[in-house]
Amino acid sequence: MTNNLRFKTSKFIDETYRVSFKFNNKTYFGFKGDTLASALLANGIHLVGRSFKYHRPRGIMTSGSEEPNAIIQLHDNSSRTEPNVRATEVEIYEGLVASSQNCWPSVNFDIGGINNLLSPILPAGFYYKTFMWPASFWEKYEYFIRKSAGLGKSPKVADPDIYEHKYIHCDVLVIGAGISGIMAAKMAAKNGFKTLLVDEKSYLGGSSIYDNSEFSKINNQITSSWLEKEINEISKLENLEIKIRTSVAAFHGYNFLLARENLTDHLPINQRENKVRQRLLKIRAKKVITATGSIERPLIFDNNDRPGILLSSAIKKYIDLYGVACGENNILFTNNDTAYETAMSLIQRGIKINAIIDNREQIDSKISYEVEKNNIEIYKGYTVVDTYGYRRINKISIMKLSKDGQTVIGDKTKLNCDCLGVSGGWTPAVHLFTQSGGKLKFREEDQVFIPNVYPSDQISVGSCNGDFGLEEIISNTLSSIKKFLDIDNSEYKTVETISGLNQSKRNIWLLPSDKSIGKTKSFVDYQNDATAKDIKLALREGFRSIEHVKRYTTTGMGTDQGKLGNMHALGIISETAGTKMGEHGTTTFRPPYTPLTFGTIVGRNVGEFFDIFRRTPIHDWHVANNAEFENVGQWKRAWYYPKDNENMHQAVQRESKAARDSAGILDASTLGKIDIQGTDASEFLNRVYTNAWSKLAVGKCRYGLMLNEDGMVYDDGVTTRLGENHYIMTTTTGGAANVLGKLEDYLQTEWPELDVYLSSVTDHYATISVCGPNSKKIVSKVIPDLDLSDEKFPHMSFKNAKIDNIKCRVMRISFTGEHSYEINIQANFGKSVWEKCMEAGKDFNITPYGTETMHLLRAEKGFIIVGQDTDATLTPIDLQMDWIVSKKKYDFIGKRSLYRSDTIREDRKQLVGLLTENPEEVLEEGAQIVADIKKSPIEMLGHVTSSYYSPNLKKSIALGVVKGGKNMLGQKLIIPMENKNINVTVADPVFLDKEGERLNAKL
Amino acid sequence: MFLINCPFCGEREQSEFKAGGEAHIVRPKQPTELSDDEWAEYLFMRKNIKGIQFERWNHVHGCRKWFNMVRDTSNDQIKAVYKMGEKPPIK
Repeated sequence: MTNNLRFKTSKFIDETYRVSFKFNNKTYFGFKGDTLASALLANGIHLVGRSFKYHRPRGIMTSGSEEPNAIIQLHDNSSRTEPNVRATEVEIYEGLVASSQNCWPSVNFDIGGINNLLSPILPAGFYYKTFMWPASFWEKYEYFIRKSAGLGKSPKVADPDIYEHKYIHCDVLVIGAGISGIMAAKMAAKNGFKTLLVDEKSYLGGSSIYDNSEFSKINNQITSSWLEKEINEISKLENLEIKIRTSVAAFHGYNFLLARENLTDHLPINQRENKVRQRLLKIRAKKVITATGSIERPLIFDNNDRPGILLSSAIKKYIDLYGVACGENNILFTNNDTAYETAMSLIQRGIKINAIIDNREQIDSKISYEVEKNNIEIYKGYTVVDTYGYRRINKISIMKLSKDGQTVIGDKTKLNCDCLGVSGGWTPAVHLFTQSGGKLKFREEDQVFIPNVYPSDQISVGSCNGDFGLEEIISNTLSSIKKFLDIDNSEYKTVETISGLNQSKRNIWLLPSDKSIGKTKSFVDYQNDATAKDIKLALREGFRSIEHVKRYTTTGMGTDQGKLGNMHALGIISETAGTKMGEHGTTTFRPPYTPLTFGTIVGRNVGEFFDIFRRTPIHDWHVANNAEFENVGQWKRAWYYPKDNENMHQAVQRESKAARDSAGILDASTLGKIDIQGTDASEFLNRVYTNAWSKLAVGKCRYGLMLNEDGMVYDDGVTTRLGENHYIMTTTTGGAANVLGKLEDYLQTEWPELDVYLSSVTDHYATISVCGPNSKKIVSKVIPDLDLSDEKFPHMSFKNAKIDNIKCRVMRISFTGEHSYEINIQANFGKSVWEKCMEAGKDFNITPYGTETMHLLRAEKGFIIVGQDTDATLTPIDLQMDWIVSKKKYDFIGKRSLYRSDTIREDRKQLVGLLTENPEEVLEEGAQIVADIKKSPIEMLGHVTSSYYSPNLKKSIALGVVKGGKNMLGQKLIIPMENKNINVTVADPVFLDKEGERLNAKL
Repeated sequence: MFLINCPFCGEREQSEFKAGGEAHIVRPKQPTELSDDEWAEYLFMRKNIKGIQFERWNHVHGCRKWFNMVRDTSNDQIKAVYKMGEKPPIK
């Protein structure tokens, strides 16, 4: 550690606690309380990274979240690695490992630095202009462009840390714990408001907490001392919760805010085990007080980006808060009084100031006189025109400004320095305010945008509201908070302030140079390497909108979102275009204010919680019996049950054959079940289904088709009349929630007069379907008391029964075309009844089958699956299901649409069966269907919706939709594939047992 | 994110709700009497207003009730909520 850079005077640094850390593979030391930036500066290190485009050496520029340059990779090549972290925000801990980004082989010697020499041919829009032609080459360019894009390296292994989300509700949220935030929080909490105070830093008090100057006093006390007492007082308030290391990321409408609370990032890695790393706070506040402060502006001049150039306020903070001098031979360059505060801090510690360059001709404040008294040369009305030094600034040259500030005059003077502090005044941090929908206004006197119209119950106070002097900060905060909270008692009787600064400023957005603009590199956006020259070029090329200039030059599009330079970009645009600043507005400030980790965003929704899934009551049996699963909606459904190394095709063929030859068993628990009761239940079903329901007898089942109001098929399923005013409706697995929603919608909004009640009972029952010629024998063994004779229990009917004294509902319904029974039983008995069926079916080779076999079996019968064979463009007529559309009913949902001019067209896509010329050839689902392959362009007639090899028919079968398909029976069509054309014949969609002999066979 | 005052449950997060399009479109009592154009007017035509808009919302992850909302689409201010069947409290 270079001792002459560390001043052991700061109470924020624990000098008894030495911390070792690594930067670019070298070990350094700092103290507890340091940030990575302050520790590096104490070690004399300014150069920490290379710039994005030109690979120029870059150093630490700021002391907070606005940092554009000092962004580093933490813990490279480990599971905890994180790119693009601001060194100014990282609190150091034992074992911290950091490295520079965007440089190879090292930050001191970087091959990419050649881009800096090539910069004349890398102007704004370089990529857009260069890689436009030939267009077909884009794929080749892309590979290289992608490689050179981006800064840090993303982690390659899973994140070991834990993250979580938390909702917070409060009366008042105060963002920022600077002087006005502290006052606001105290006033709110003491007046009975449940208050939350957050600050992104690890300490409270903002920049005033290290303001020990004699020039700004509150009630005749040094600012920092006064503030410390205030902080001490509020930390005891019951009504007030204080969260440090908590950065508000987003301010949405209705005072909904997102904040990231850092909990372990400042701890050594070995102390982070089993702790939550970061918490995303979802805050709903009745009132929001924004006290986010302001960000110092840099100045825009040639080569203003060299390592060793910092904001003057940052230099002050490093010395006052961390006890670290940024240089041993300093120059300050300013257009306002801020730099004189920095000067006083340096003077107090005996750090050399070589000169102060001030844009202003006249300087008239107590503090500037005091600085002058210390024999520091002040160049009034001067500007810096260039800087020198590759890896660290070592010299500047200055010239006198003309009266209008547009040009430089006189001779060039060179001055030596190892650190240059710049101050261009202050920009209110209005980011969160504008995110919330707030409208800004432009204040001409000091060229700042300040809050104007508040969209919700909120207020901005302090310097984010454009109050920069201590006196106006305090008095305006007091009066606005009183009004905002409607309180008389401010807790502050009299607050007297003294400030040695005045607010005069000479604002020149782009400082003049003795060189032509084309030969300068005056950086506006440091992180994205956008210069004043680039902005001017964009304007010359015709861009006018600030949003367009931003995208063309990439100004403000880095991870720092241009917190430093955006205002200068606006200023340069309006100066060049001869327009007024206020007319341009600003670019949109978007969340997050500072980058969020993905971990924080997803919280606990990782691994098996990423997307929840639902298991049937019989799930464990399927797992134990080697089932493969498929996702259907949120459900895990057994897909097929491979035996002895069978592949899917072999398993499905075996299962399908067994189901028709003897017996199959399917877990159908996922089907949606809606319990419908009420005196108008029948009338309700009449209105929602296409067929008639009034005459369905109690104990009978009926298949129904539900349409949207546009006439397109929406869902289908069997509904059973359990009692006079009681039905149970089944829906498709994936459609259950939507169907319930749709039915509720009609009941509540269109037909509130109907006496009907709906309940979702999907999860209440396990549904076991036993099918095949031996199903009757099996079910009779499981439920011996139930009379299964065709007379007593015909197809499409239902019986209440008991299995071991447990009530169940048995329906004789079929989705396979086989004689089959569906047993519905209370969910927690599902598995044991399934096992009973398996036991009873042992002698009949009962075969569990999954969804794939179910699909095959129903396709043999030509039964549709809504969502597979339909896609919300097919009417029942298109599906050749005219039989299910009641002609007699006056109305039902979608009826009127069935004879719109569009739905009665003959050439609509219609569902047909398809048989391949070669019966072994199985079509691909989704394949296009054409009639004439010679025609150009080929007319697509439709596509294959379902396709299988049927082991029962011993041939390939398929369903598809074809334009005008209804009238094409027997016609030959072609399925063009990548390397062959498959000939098919249009067939009846019912391939097996059209007469229903299997269903009605006497068993 | 909106804070929506469900007429049945009180203030709840927007994530509990589902938007259901324009309000006060009554399903014709006698659809069969309508011409194609009249039916299409009911079926397809919806307003997209910058300013005061009347909307249907459903407290889908709450009481599951449908209700109406008056919202200024230009600034997302919710002007009023009211139950189905009630007259809008503002024009």
